[in-house]
Amino acid sequence: MASTTDTTAAPEIRLNKHRIDYSEWLAAGIFVLPFVAIYAVLFIYPTVQMILLSLQDAPLIGAGKWNGIDNYIRLFKDRLFSVAVWNTVYFVLLSVIPSTILGLLIALGVNRLKGWAQSVILACFFLPNILPVSVVYRVWNWMFDSQFGILQYPIHFFVGANVPVFRTLPLFMPTVAFITIWWGIGFNVLLFIAGLRNISPDIYESASLDGATRWQQFTRITWPLIWPVTVLVLTIQLILQFKIFDQIYLFGNGGRSDATMGLVQLIYRDAFQKNQGGYGATVAFALFAIIVIFSVLQYQLLRARGEK
Amino acid sequence: MTAAAEASAGTIAAEMTPRQRRVIKTIDVAGLIITIATVLGAIFWAFPLYWAVVTTLKPENEVIQPGIQLWPEHFTLDAYVHVLFGTRIGQWYVNSLFTATSVTVGVVAISALAGYAISQLKFPGRRLLWWIILASFMIPVPALIVNHFVLMSQFHLINTYLGIILPQLVYGPVTVIIYKQFFDSVPKEFREAAKIDGANEFQLFFRLYLPMNWGITTALAIITFIGAWNQFLWPFLAATEEPMFNITVGITQVTDAFGVKYARDLGSAILAGLPVAVVYLIFQRRVTQAIMLTAGIKG
Repeated sequence: MASTTDTTAAPEIRLNKHRIDYSEWLAAGIFVLPFVAIYAVLFIYPTVQMILLSLQDAPLIGAGKWNGIDNYIRLFKDRLFSVAVWNTVYFVLLSVIPSTILGLLIALGVNRLKGWAQSVILACFFLPNILPVSVVYRVWNWMFDSQFGILQYPIHFFVGANVPVFRTLPLFMPTVAFITIWWGIGFNVLLFIAGLRNISPDIYESASLDGATRWQQFTRITWPLIWPVTVLVLTIQLILQFKIFDQIYLFGNGGRSDATMGLVQLIYRDAFQKNQGGYGATVAFALFAIIVIFSVLQYQLLRARGEK
Repeated sequence: MTAAAEASAGTIAAEMTPRQRRVIKTIDVAGLIITIATVLGAIFWAFPLYWAVVTTLKPENEVIQPGIQLWPEHFTLDAYVHVLFGTRIGQWYVNSLFTATSVTVGVVAISALAGYAISQLKFPGRRLLWWIILASFMIPVPALIVNHFVLMSQFHLINTYLGIILPQLVYGPVTVIIYKQFFDSVPKEFREAAKIDGANEFQLFFRLYLPMNWGITTALAIITFIGAWNQFLWPFLAATEEPMFNITVGITQVTDAFGVKYARDLGSAILAGLPVAVVYLIFQRRVTQAIMLTAGIKG
């Protein structure tokens, strides 16, 4: 890896310094060795292996047979794969956009508060964010419990009966998305607050002296200036939520139903439960491709809009 | 509002121009509504956690009573006693503590070393290394679970601590970038002075660059620990035997042992979340700082 750049890097250094500091090279080698070794073995190697494995008919453990792009052809014919893609995209739409908008609104509210009141309110919104998914699962499973859950009181009031939300298909994804928003919004709020604090108060002061209304101040000052943070939040959330597994798996009772299948869960299903390592790797590569395409697209689109 | 307050508000208002008065009035009404909405939102957000904690402090028969009891009628710690002494939670705690601490030490150590080299040293392949780190953001780690599992089983590391720890070491390339940024901003004069005194690169790193950035090391260590403690997917795959489970996996995968007991289930969840919640509440500012940094906002 390093040897390929020797020839290109060396002349540059010679031009700048007129000599090569080999002791610096040696020191650098020792400093980067643990990182390079771990990333080579546990990141680059598995990534390459994932691509190779996706071209084989192979069990999870053990030798496989090369079968070219057969797995990819199978992927496009696989009904479960389209279900998984659709569910994942649906979940991303349900969670990313609302949590970004709501995050900004909460940040605007929290940012107005001062001192300890701000810390306490912010902690309320942020605390769920640092909890493990298992805690989130237990807490909300209890809130929505079809027999004794506290949320069954309002549900009963509006619907007239208790509803087992996690076993009612049309409600499953929206509810899991809602819980995910509850879980993850603190992160968005933090980023938006940081963005809001970077806007100089002088701008608002002169705007209000010029008679700008609160709404005008938001649309003409806050919104354009907070746009880069919005792009950042959207991108981070998008990449994060495409990788959804934990919540769907836990709330879906161990993923027993195909109807709630997501992409990572399909990898798990094919590779681990069906022992088809090769095909599992194909789904994994598809997930990788989808995330790269979506994040590049989104970033370009949003940035282009922000520059206008 | 009391009469006195109203009166004083009135006198202040009387001294103002009509436009100023109008501005003040809008701030009061709209601002008050926003503040009330924010506070209500915060209560709504915190309520599920409060409700879960309160439930764990009730006896099991009170938990399933109809009606909303915001405080236990008969306060009890039975659920916690049962979870602590009647399940394997102690073992899972140890597993989580050990693996999360190891991941934290590993990630921080390799990142600080690599970050220093990339920031301060000239060596062939530096740009390539930097490019690989940036590109690695693109690769979703869950896509690697299949090959991580294959790799770990080739080394016979499934159901071992090492097998749970190793793949998690590559979950945070961002820490290298943060270290590089912070090492970049250490004034060059310090470096020159120490070099004239005959310090080598290792002394520079351990005596100058690392001590000058303890704050950032603390922040990154805390956030890495929280992340590793909360990890679900990989520990779930790498440990297939109950005694090797992390707490996040154990409390969701082993329930049959005590059936549907709401207070106990929630009690085990509260215990699982307690360490990270405590770490967050103690180091609140460090955690926020670290989160901003990992998102690419320096501040």
